[in-house]
Parts: sequence; C-alpha cells; structure tokens
Amino acid sequence: MSIDALLETPQLGPNDYASNQEVRWCPGCGDYAILAQVKKTLASLGLPREKTVFVSGIGCSSRFPYYVNTYGIHSIHGRAPAIATGLKLSRPDLSVWVITGDGDALSIGTNHLVHAIRRNVDINIILFNNRIYGLTKGQYSPTTPLGHPTKSNPYGSLDNPLYALSLAIGCEATFVARSIDVHQEHLGMVLERAAAHKGTSFVEVYQNCVVFYDGAWDYATDRDSKFETILELEHGKPLIFGKNRDKGIRFNGVEPEVVALGNGVSEESLIVHNEKAEQPTLAYFLSRMHQPDFPEPIGVFRDVLRPSFDELVDQRRREILDRIGGPRDLDRLFREGETWKIGDGASQSAQA
Amino acid sequence: MNSFSPIQASSPKKTVLMREGDQAVQQQPGSSAVVKDRVELREATVRFAGDSGDGMQLAGTQLTTVSAAVGNDVATLPDFPAEIRAPRGTKAGVSGFQVHFAGQRIYTPGDKVDALVAMNPAALATNLGDLARGGLLIVDANSFTKRDWEKAGYTSSPLEDPALAAYRVISVDITDLTRDAVKDLGLTTKEADRCRNFFATGLIYWIFDRPLDPTLRFIAAKFGKRPAIAEANRRVLMAGYHYGETTEAIHQCYVVRPAKLPPGEYRSLSGNQALAWGLIAAARLSKCDLVYAGYPITPASDILHELAMRWDYGVTTFQAEDEICAVAAAIGASFGGEMGVTASSGPGISLKAEGLGLAVMLELPLIVVNVQRGGPSTGLPTKTEQADLFQALFGRHGECSIPVLAAQSPADNFETAIEAWRIAVRYMTPVMILSDGYLANGAEPWRIRDLSEYEPIPVRHPGPDTQGFLPYRRDERLARAWAIPGTPNLMHRIGGLEKQFDTGAVSYDGANHQKMVQIRAQKVAGIAREYPPLTVVGPERGKVLFVSWGGTFGAVRSAVQELLETGHEVAHTHLRYLNPLPNDLGEVLGLYERIVVPELNMGQLAYVLRANYLRPIKSISKVMGRPFNVEELVESGRQALEED
Ligand code: SF4
Repeated sequence: MSIDALLETPQLGPNDYASNQEVRWCPGCGDYAILAQVKKTLASLGLPREKTVFVSGIGCSSRFPYYVNTYGIHSIHGRAPAIATGLKLSRPDLSVWVITGDGDALSIGTNHLVHAIRRNVDINIILFNNRIYGLTKGQYSPTTPLGHPTKSNPYGSLDNPLYALSLAIGCEATFVARSIDVHQEHLGMVLERAAAHKGTSFVEVYQNCVVFYDGAWDYATDRDSKFETILELEHGKPLIFGKNRDKGIRFNGVEPEVVALGNGVSEESLIVHNEKAEQPTLAYFLSRMHQPDFPEPIGVFRDVLRPSFDELVDQRRREILDRIGGPRDLDRLFREGETWKIGDGASQSAQA
Repeated sequence: MNSFSPIQASSPKKTVLMREGDQAVQQQPGSSAVVKDRVELREATVRFAGDSGDGMQLAGTQLTTVSAAVGNDVATLPDFPAEIRAPRGTKAGVSGFQVHFAGQRIYTPGDKVDALVAMNPAALATNLGDLARGGLLIVDANSFTKRDWEKAGYTSSPLEDPALAAYRVISVDITDLTRDAVKDLGLTTKEADRCRNFFATGLIYWIFDRPLDPTLRFIAAKFGKRPAIAEANRRVLMAGYHYGETTEAIHQCYVVRPAKLPPGEYRSLSGNQALAWGLIAAARLSKCDLVYAGYPITPASDILHELAMRWDYGVTTFQAEDEICAVAAAIGASFGGEMGVTASSGPGISLKAEGLGLAVMLELPLIVVNVQRGGPSTGLPTKTEQADLFQALFGRHGECSIPVLAAQSPADNFETAIEAWRIAVRYMTPVMILSDGYLANGAEPWRIRDLSEYEPIPVRHPGPDTQGFLPYRRDERLARAWAIPGTPNLMHRIGGLEKQFDTGAVSYDGANHQKMVQIRAQKVAGIAREYPPLTVVGPERGKVLFVSWGGTFGAVRSAVQELLETGHEVAHTHLRYLNPLPNDLGEVLGLYERIVVPELNMGQLAYVLRANYLRPIKSISKVMGRPFNVEELVESGRQALEED
C-alpha cells in the first residue's frame, strides 16, 4: 500500500478535496462558495475520495468536477443524471453527486432529471440556480422571471418560469431542499443532510451570477430584507419568519397566508413543518411560496425513506444469483429449447 | 430459388415446376398409414401469411425449429406490419413468415415461395406475387366469403380467378375443421379460432414430412398452465397433419434430407437472440459484467427483452427514459468498470450521436448496436434496410472515428458481439455493431459454441499502486488505461473537453488538439492490423468482384455460387469491418477489373470505396424493405461480365 493510501484516513480536511486545477469561475461567482461548502461536507462525512464521483453536464456549474479531487465526469449538456444512473447500476458502492444548473437540469436535461428523481437513484443532485445561462453569456433560462430582459429576449422574457422544487416534488422526490450560496452555514447543513439521505437528494441552491444576472437573489441575501423574504424551515417547528420572528404562515383554505403574530394570533395557528410527511402535499405547498407575496422557504422541505433504484436493482441481482448459486452456465442458455446433434451425416433430435 | 426442384432434375439452377408423377424417388413415409408419393427435394420455401392476429409468426417459428431439428439448413424471413392490429382482414394487417429449408448449405430465405399458406384474401392478395408458378397454394376456404374478399379489395372471389390455375390450390375449411377438432373443450369461438395457425402448420408438416414432436413439446410447455388451450392446439396440429394424410386433394408430398453441416450440437437462433447471447458470452470471456441500457424501438427491442430475462446469467438491464439516457447510462456503467451496451435503430442512434461523441472523448469501452430499418424518420419500421452505414461512419460531430462492425447472418451476430467487445476493451473505444431487421428477426441453425473455443478478453483496471498513473497515458495500441472509481490514488476527472496529451487535463491548445485528434484516429485505424486476411470466393483475380457487407452476405454469396456453377467467373468478398476498412482491401480490389457492390441503400459502401480507393464502383441498390433476391444479383453479375 502506498503512503498516500495509508494517509487516506477519515481525517481529511476540505483542502484534501481540492484538485490541482485552477478554479476558473468569474471572481465573485456564487459557485466558489458552494464549492467550499461541498468540500467541507465531504471532509465532514469522511468519505474516501476514491469512493466519490462527481458527474456534471454543461454550464458554469458543470465545471465543478474538475475542482474536486475525487473521480469525476464532465459530461454532456443535461445528461448527468443519466450517466450517474448508469454508474450507480454498475457501482452501487459509490457516492455519486450530480452538479447541474438551471439550464442543464431544467431545460435540456429535464427528462433525465425527472426520471432519476422518480426512480429514486441514490445520488445527490445539486442544482445551482442562477436564473440565467452563464457559460453561453446571458440568455434567459427556465428560471428567469417573467419580463426580465436578457440577450436572447431583450424586451423581457415571455416564458413562464419553472420552479425547480415544485418539479422535483411532483416527481416523487424523497429528499428536497433549498439553500443559498452565501448562507454558508445553512448550505453546509443542507448538503450534509442531502449526503446522508439514501435515495435521490435534490438541492436547489440560489447562486449569484455576478456577470449576467448580478443580484438575482439580492432579496434573499440582502442583510436587511432577507429576514422578510426568507423563511428557514425546521422540522416540527411552526413557519415563523421576520427580523423579530413576528410573522408566520397559516392555512387560509388551501392557500398560504402571512399573519403577524400577536393580537390574538398565536403560534398554534401556524403551519407546523413536517419534512417526514408521507404525502408530498405540504412540501409542494411550501415550494409554491414565492416573492413578493410570500417569504421563500429554505432548508429541508421533504426527507422520507424509500428504497433507492440502484439498491433495488442490486438486491434483485443478488437475490437471483444467490438463489442459483452464482451466474448460470452458458451451456444451459445455449441448450434452451430444441437442440439436435449432427454427426457424420446422421441427424437426431434431442431436447435440452 | 430452386423452387420445388426434385433433387435429380437435370438443371439444379432453374425453377422446375413440380408436377405429379415427376420422376422422383418414391418414398414410403414410415409414419403414415396412407402411402403417398414423397418426392425428395433439395430445398423448399414455405410462407405462412395471414392476419397479424392469426399467429403466423408462431407457425413460421415452429416450422423453422422442426426443419432445423431434422438437420436441414434453414433461413427465415419474418415480415410483419407496422401496426400491431390493423383492421382485421385488410392488406395493411397481413403478417407473414417465410421459411427456406434445404438439404445443403443455404444463405437466404429464398426468392420465390414454393408453398404459400393464405389464411384470408388479404394475405392472398399481398403474397401471391411471390408464389412460384406451379407452387402450392393453401387457403382457408372459410375465410373467403364475399365480405372477406371485399375487405381485401377484390371485386370478385379470388378463388374463382382463372389465374389461380397456374398454382396447385388446396382449399381447406380450416376454420370449420379447427372448431370441430376442439368442440368439446369448452373454448369460446374466439379461442378456438386462435388455433387455426396450428392446422396450417400441421398440414405443412405432413406435406414436407416434418416431425411433430418438437412442436408438441412446445405446445405443452407454452400452454401448460392452460390445459384446455394446450389440448386444443395439440388437437388442431394433429388435425391438420391427418388432414394431409387423408385428403384426396394432396397427391404429392416431399422430403428434404439433412444438410451436411459441420458436426456438432445445433439449435435454431435468431439474430437479436444471437446478439444478446454474444454479449453474455463476451461478458464471461472478459470477466466483466454486462450492463445493458435500452429504450424500446423496432426492430431492436427483442435484444432488451432477451437480456432482461437473463439476470440469472449475471446481466443487468435497464429500460431508460429515452435513447439519450440509454447511451448515457451505458457510458456511466463503463466508467464504473463494467461494459455498458445499448442498442437501437436509426432514429434512436441519431439521438445517441452526442453520447458517442462523449464516449470517443472519454475513451471508454462501449457497445452501440444499430438494428437498421427502413428510414429516414419512422420510415418502414418493420422492414429491413442498410441505409445507416453513413450514420455509423460519419453521423457524429467533430473528428469522431469509431470502429464499425456488421453481422452477416442472423447467428453471426453472436460472433460480431464478441468481436465488438474485444475491440472496445482492447482499444478503449465505443464500437458500433450494424445489424438489420432481416438479420434481427431471421433465424438459422447455429452450432452451439463452447466458450473454450474463444480467446479470453483480458480486462485490466490499474490498481492503487500504479506508478506514474496518468489518465490518458497510452499503451502500444494507443489505448489509455481503464482506471475505475473506488481505486485509491488514481482519482481523476474526465470529460468532453479536449484533453491534454497523457495528463488528460483540460487543454484548449490548438497544437495539442491536433495531436489528440490524430491520436484518436490512429488508434482506431490501428485496429485493422489485427483483422484476419480477407477471404475471396471465386477466381483470385479477374473481371468482376462482388463486395458486400452486413445482411446481404447470403444473397450475394448464393448469387456468386450460382454464377460460378454456371461458368461465370465472378468473385466475392464480404466485409465484416466497415471502419477501419481492412488493410488488404485495396490490394484485393486491385485484382479485379470491375467492382460490384450490392447494398440495401443508395450506394453507401460504394461511395466509401470510391473515396478510399479511387476506383469506379458499380453500385446495385435496392430500398424496398426486403432483402435482395438471388436472381436479381445473378442478373447483375451477368451484366457486369458482359459490359466492357
Ligand atoms: S458567468 Fe456567472 S455563473 Fe458563470 S462563472 Fe461567471 S459569474 Fe459564475
């Protein structure tokens, strides 16, 4: 065993996960903060580097695998979940992360995203949502707000935006969460939870593109406004927000309603978060809360346990092979059904 | 093409209309009570045709199995409509299955049909043109009412058409006799009628002296859980057989002796099955698991079905959400260290093109199968064609050479799959296999292989102690190492961006790109060094050389043999490897004045050969959804010899 391998102990620090590649995102890009938190998370999990694989598609965020010293594939636009699925089929033992963006996952690759999630492949999908195409220099994406002018729609986008979490929850996601690039501690917590979850973990990270859509998430990160625009979810706790934690969310029929606490409105009347709810109804309800009408929830929306696809595949594979004591002999396959022998001109029929 | 030529007929090459009392050897069929004449034939071609719900595919498959089991060489041509259930009784819904069996080696399903079973007027209308004059025509008389023949577009009863005098018509009340045979079994009329195919099968078995046992065993196994249905099918098969024995309508029966095939144990094998089994065999030879990712598409789906049944042989199958995911998942599986395989047909291969580009860049082993069909677009989805050769060779972005191999007969898919696997692993490259609808659905006798007949396929994943590991460092074949996740110390990142030579780091340097493009091309070109020499049938040099590839092998080989036997000096070579082309091909082409390339496309190989060897090439092109007839190629050969 080499020295390196001997040194491969759980005491790895975030820097041990840095690759020798120079990071090439624009200075100030939100991606840096996410990279830092991911490395920290990997270190805290004590995952052997060689057992970890990052798979990405195309886009600024998809350069990510080059910057972590694990195994990695920087693949094709939108296809990372498909590649990750195949990888998990052949190697269920690996810890596989998919790094993607709003264009990669929600436009060109939506089909794969949908199916990886509904299969519940045991992968961690981290979607960097910057509401714009960065690598191709500023076209509107499926998460660009209506009316926002971009290079490819200078009069303002006419495309109704898609909400990543609503989509994921509609696909029966077993783990759904949201965080923000600059909320380092919160992001770290969410990533750790995502990594711990067995099955598909889907995490949307609000990420700032300083070049093509600077300030897209200002409302969520601004020191003054963030307490009014963001609601931190906690399992088993009522939905409370505001600088003074004086506002809450309650049901008004099937709609959310913002209420000021006090004056006869008590915490008991608020919605209590339950990330373990069997039905994804509450998670979906929360995913529909958007600015400017509602604070946008961050944290874990949903975390339930279902068998993962790769686990089921592996289980079936083992069950079948264990039952028969290992793969069958090919002679048996080749002799299925009618066979016959040809000798020296004579012929006879035999049945296997 | 030797329709019903009794074995001692003077010219074996001409169709000899079979007539009663032909100077044939009179046989005493041991199994029958009523003695009828049995004429010995060199070969015969039978086609079952009926509505797509009539079970014609099953009848054809059974005739294939029993014919193979008596030791005949067999070649088949299933032909089904694109619609699953077109309106009953219409021409659009006709399904057919042609079986050619012979006492000698044969390579095609036969040009002309010697015996046609037409279960209804639509089947008659669409198939009669292929029946040899003087051939046997068996019809279900019950299905020829006015309403029936009107549905097929006839304005009068086709059975009363004087043109039928050119054939020997055996009109049988198949429906009535079938219902009769099963009447006390408590079946519904619909269930009873579903057994009609076995009546026709039984009758054909009698006429051609086929053993009943294999089909009886098949019925018992297939319908074992429904005893009444099993019994009904058994009875109807016997009824058809005994009808032949007792009816006055049939005066002449036939026997086709076993062919002289190399000794061994045989079975009947279809193309898609052969391909799937070849993959399973290659997995064993390489001690590497097969991870198959597919998306349903005609005519490739049977590969998925076959492999999905074989988890007990260590196979993993995955039905992807689309063709793109299928190739991407296969790439993911290969990155993990097992063999990723995906199959599709033309339109699906188009969707996989981007994935193939990535696989070329990643330099990972991968097998992509194209079971070609009539195109472009949905085209003729259930019919055969060879029009995706350009796609296989060039249908990607960038300089993107991949090895391309084509199977030459249904069972040859087995060898092709093993060969593709070997190349993929040895050269760290995606490989494309070209099959086609005719090869995929056709079947032939296959000598059961023992894996010890094959060289193992060594697979090496470098270990954690590998000194100086670089992801893109190359061996003497220019292949990089297949280092896999989970291996300590070898962590590396690969991707679609251009790689720096040997370190594999991202590189935008122009000179490096030039070098890498050249190296990837050289690597693939180098594969040709390991090919066996080309084989040529016919004169070593001379006027005309036929060059074929893929599923046209049989028709071309048969035509060339016929030409040679009749004193025409033509030669034939067949290409298994389409990229890179064999190193000795230029030399072989140079030995002949005229090169003739028959293809089921508009001349794609001809184009490639012209471009590579700067030779005039005569292209014989056919795009009718059907294989070549031998006769049309014989004619082309004669013409090529006469031209100056
Ligand atoms: S373009 Fe935007 S998203 Fe891309 S690296 Fe620059 S700042 Fe980051």
